[in-house]
Amino acid sequence: MPRQEIELPYRIDYLSILDEQGKVDQDLEPDVDKDFLLKLHRGMLLGRRFDERLLQLQRQGRMGTFAPITGQEAAQIGAVAALEDSDWLVPSFREMAAEIWRGKTMENVILLYAGYNEGGAIPDGLNNLPIAIPVGTQTLHAAGIAYAMKYRQEKHVAMVFFGDGATSEGDFHEALNFAGVFQVPVVFVCQNNHWAISIPRSKQTRSKTLAQKALAYGVPGIQVDGNDVLAVYSAAREAVERARSGDGPSMIECVTYRMSVHTTADDPKRYRREEDVEGWVAKDPITRFEKYLKSRKIFTDKKIEAIEAEIKQEIKEAVERSEKKMEELGDPLLMFDHVFAELPPYLREQHEELRKELRQDST
Amino acid sequence: MAKMTMVQAINLALKQEMEKDDNVVVLGEDVGVDGGVFRVTEGLFEQFGENRVMDTPLAEAGIIGFSIGMALYGLKPVCEIQFSGFTYLGFHQLESHAARLRGRSAGRFTVPMVLRAPYGGGVRALEHHSESREAYFAHTPGLKMVIPSSPRNARALLVSAIRDPDPVVYFEPKALYRAFREEVPEDEETMELGRSRIAREGKDITLISYGAMLHETMQAASALHQKQGIEAEVIDLMTIAPLDDALFIESARKTGRVVVIHEAPRSFGPGAEVAVRLVEKSFLYLEAPIRRVTGFDLVIPLFQREKAYLPGVDRIVRAVRETLDF
Repeated sequence: MPRQEIELPYRIDYLSILDEQGKVDQDLEPDVDKDFLLKLHRGMLLGRRFDERLLQLQRQGRMGTFAPITGQEAAQIGAVAALEDSDWLVPSFREMAAEIWRGKTMENVILLYAGYNEGGAIPDGLNNLPIAIPVGTQTLHAAGIAYAMKYRQEKHVAMVFFGDGATSEGDFHEALNFAGVFQVPVVFVCQNNHWAISIPRSKQTRSKTLAQKALAYGVPGIQVDGNDVLAVYSAAREAVERARSGDGPSMIECVTYRMSVHTTADDPKRYRREEDVEGWVAKDPITRFEKYLKSRKIFTDKKIEAIEAEIKQEIKEAVERSEKKMEELGDPLLMFDHVFAELPPYLREQHEELRKELRQDST
Repeated sequence: MAKMTMVQAINLALKQEMEKDDNVVVLGEDVGVDGGVFRVTEGLFEQFGENRVMDTPLAEAGIIGFSIGMALYGLKPVCEIQFSGFTYLGFHQLESHAARLRGRSAGRFTVPMVLRAPYGGGVRALEHHSESREAYFAHTPGLKMVIPSSPRNARALLVSAIRDPDPVVYFEPKALYRAFREEVPEDEETMELGRSRIAREGKDITLISYGAMLHETMQAASALHQKQGIEAEVIDLMTIAPLDDALFIESARKTGRVVVIHEAPRSFGPGAEVAVRLVEKSFLYLEAPIRRVTGFDLVIPLFQREKAYLPGVDRIVRAVRETLDF
């Protein structure tokens, strides 16, 4: 009866394809065409520029609190780029770039953070859930959605995003466990940005990686350089293919960094040093990818300028559209919409109560 | 028509809805091979297989959150939480998501799920197995809270709950699971959610109850009739939220006297809401203060003292007499 090592079905790999200088590991370089690479770049750049614009709008008092994404563009775009439109995206609250890639409109993002519930609207045909704020809770929805896909024998995939903090939540573990037990087509994408407000990754768990948590549930996990869009995309493509071919769930830990505040209500100076952040500037996902694209002669500085101008214009138009939309949403009675399929009698009475009150206020 | 227990009637509702609609899926702890700890799902696993009658890992948040995902995709999950006292482990999923996704997505997504759980005292159980906390759910905007009182209405209400486009919490009074049998039609029967019913007509006083306590109330009403010729009108709420106040307000206007009976703790309980609606809408008709006969504001004691905790016939009769004598 010897004491012996138990062999586990999975091990943890770390994947990196583009280094900080934009130098590519040619053995690992994904086989994708030039247009796709340009699309990845545009998705990341749009995320960055829109994030900056949102921060201005918030500072100007035109919008309320939101959670910026700067620094995490590769970890988001690389992952959703592996999805088809018929797949589902289940975001948490810091995946704006991924949501927009998937078709969420910028004006809806603005509307939501400007305090209009309608900003959460998802048009028919777009398979994104609205954002989920209670940390980690959405992971279970993705597992359930994936079960329904499998139940209906549809070859779709659900992809769910969450942060390093979420891996401490029970729901995350229950979701991995359910996904493992029922072998459903879901991809768990952890945005390990090192901070859950003021709590560093090191205080979140004693585990060496977050990816290894998947192993406990019989689910393969991989850690990737989350600031390397090619690495994230390659890992996501592998996981999505695994899910689509009926081989069950996977988890991807994207090691990235929250370059900005937790939300606009947060002051990171209270808990982290500026030097910590500066170390990550050199790892910037967009700069790195631009170096790579230039080295492959896929584009030039001039081309980048043109894209920047295009994005600027798109954002400007979105802000204008959101402002116009806000004018249409001035009626507070809209708060009674979408509670139930039909408003029950007592809610109808309360609706009437507010209607009268509003009429009196205006006279 | 067959005479059925409530367990059999709920089983019939599940079976027939599953036969009718492939989107209906049952999941929970021990609901499959074992047929549920109260045998409510007996035979379903054999008939519909493991993909539709799913034995899940032991995790309440998991069961509820997973059901939400299934419902978002268009299935109609009916999940069982083995005892209502364990729903709190997944309460956040109901409160934060099931109840809100319609609103959060501005109407794009709905969560047509049912959460079934046995609730209430009277079966000599362990701690966490006897409580009556429907108020948590009734207090949550976006959730419906249904509690049947007989085999026939249990079946009809569950069918309606499964077909409802919004999330429904459906508490089953476990004390009534096998307490009596009632004729339940084989043919489909539904009952609109959000509607109460008159369980007994009367003119002297209005007694409002639901679930297992409805039967204590009905017995009290018969005793009052037999001994003193008092004609109590009994109203069975059946849906706690959205609460149907039309019927009991009409009744209170007729009788002028009201007693509300439930086993849930008194403070902030469903009786408080009923009483306030009566004050709001029938104040000038009331001849006496509204009385509440309820559980005390305590964790329900273990079963040696359970009988003294739960409202019973004597306590209800006394409250009725005092209200009539006021």
